[in-house]
Amino acid sequence: MKLLAVDSSGIVATAAVYSDGIIKSSSQVNNKLTHSQTLLPMIDRVMSEAGIKPDELDAVAVGAGPGSFTGLRIGAATVKGLCLAIDKPVIPISSLEIIARNLYNCSTKICPIMDARRNQVYTAVYDSDMNVITEPCAMGIDELLEILASDEVTFAGDGVAVHKDAIIEKMGERAYFAPAHLRYQNAAAICEIAESMYERGEYMNALDFSPVYLRMSQAERERLEKEK
Amino acid sequence: MKMDENISFYNAAVEHTTEKNDNDIYVLAIESSCDETSAAVVRNGRDVLSNIIASQIDIHTMYGGVVPEIASRKHIECINPVITEALLQADVELDRINAICVTYGPGLVGSLLVGVSAAKAMAYAKNIPLVGVHHIGGHISANYICHPELKPPFICLVVSGGHTNVVEVSDYGRYNIIGRTRDDACGEAFDKVARTIGLTYPGGAKIDKLAKEGNADAIKFPRGHIDGHKYDFSFSGIKSAVLNYVNGCNMKNEPYNKADVAASFQKAVTDVLVGHTIEAAKEYGYKDIAMAGGVACNSALREEMKKACEAAGFNLYYPDPVLCTDNAAMIGAAGYYEYMQGVRHGHDLNAVANLKFGD
Repeated sequence: MKLLAVDSSGIVATAAVYSDGIIKSSSQVNNKLTHSQTLLPMIDRVMSEAGIKPDELDAVAVGAGPGSFTGLRIGAATVKGLCLAIDKPVIPISSLEIIARNLYNCSTKICPIMDARRNQVYTAVYDSDMNVITEPCAMGIDELLEILASDEVTFAGDGVAVHKDAIIEKMGERAYFAPAHLRYQNAAAICEIAESMYERGEYMNALDFSPVYLRMSQAERERLEKEK
Repeated sequence: MKMDENISFYNAAVEHTTEKNDNDIYVLAIESSCDETSAAVVRNGRDVLSNIIASQIDIHTMYGGVVPEIASRKHIECINPVITEALLQADVELDRINAICVTYGPGLVGSLLVGVSAAKAMAYAKNIPLVGVHHIGGHISANYICHPELKPPFICLVVSGGHTNVVEVSDYGRYNIIGRTRDDACGEAFDKVARTIGLTYPGGAKIDKLAKEGNADAIKFPRGHIDGHKYDFSFSGIKSAVLNYVNGCNMKNEPYNKADVAASFQKAVTDVLVGHTIEAAKEYGYKDIAMAGGVACNSALREEMKKACEAAGFNLYYPDPVLCTDNAAMIGAAGYYEYMQGVRHGHDLNAVANLKFGD
């Protein structure tokens, strides 16, 4: 099968093209450029490097969130437009799982953390075989460290830069950090999982795809508070 | 697809003026700059084969104004159904489309990004030329749809919730701004005054309706002028004057007539808008005047402009009410002329919240 995978949920923009078991081309940019200007030229580039035309694709896998609201929407709208044009389905994959996939089979628990501001992170916890221990959620960094207190854990994601000191203070030598090349979302890391999801029928019409924000907008939250 | 029940969909296509031809140019246009998600198929810049508009206004009314994050989320839900429906209603295949035109500013950046990202991806996937369109150029071009005989040059008054400009349209896609607002946009002033007299958001149409029952000469509100810039506007003075008037009455426990306030405010605003536009047409030597934008629906403005144009011997053009609101057909009309003049945008086209207008 032929697959395009993309993610723009966090600080990096990433895209990869996968064809019959081979990652033909992949890219990851972390240069503070806006995803809006980076993502589609990157898709164009990895597709031509792979020698694959858009209408040859069987599906498009996308980091579905959580993450930066705007980043998620740039990815979602790009994939929705692309899939509408080629009439192919979307395979949504948790952005947290995408980060965790980098550390597949490591000897500790895997904990991706994405900065969600206000001292919170978007996070989930996986065992080394990628089974979900804690479902994706937004939570305070202190609360997360309480939950993980007695485990050995490897952290990854853009939340590491923000919370590394707090993690070390709380967990000491039980905390490990992904090396730089495995720290962020990498579209190449999701191609295999996307392929097996596709084979299991875990895809959807682009029409029905929306990102997973895990948080309401501030205005909505305040309105519901008032109505209580 | 489960659609939010608070989003209303409608097709605002316009009756065709030309017959189908093999050389026809079809554009798919996409607009998502504020709280309406819209897609349209336009033939030869003037024939609107479909114009699907998904309006979120019922959602934002709950908040007393457009909430950018909510608007952006709703655009993501609506974008594909709206585009699919536009192609379906027009009975045109995507492969037949000559260009994809999309609003890339000005507007709410999160909203704009949804339309821009989807348009770019479709253009890439099908190798169709991409044309980024200025939202205000779209509003002005709505006139080309409703008036097949209208051709540049002409003077256009652009009045909406975000813009107040007197524009010299020297050619298709060529805009020279003669007058601009120094503070609030005209539509913004309508919304603020509406709130002052207890009308809910969006207030423009409500003021228009209420003003019909009032005396426009009951209260003398100031006409905003800028020294040395005779075509510029200022609406903050009149907005404060209305607020002071209402507060004064409240402090003295005197009841005031809301309809008179609405009518007098509207008269003061209309006087300035009409005056500047007519004056500009005379000075620049044009016989045709057009209006565009949401406030161009205002009945008093239409009435006064009509009278002034008749007196001066000018022709007046304005779009049907549905084409005065944000819609993709107008972007298709503007985009068609840009496309024909060779304008193309790359895959790195970005949304620009404060995109500059004019040459």
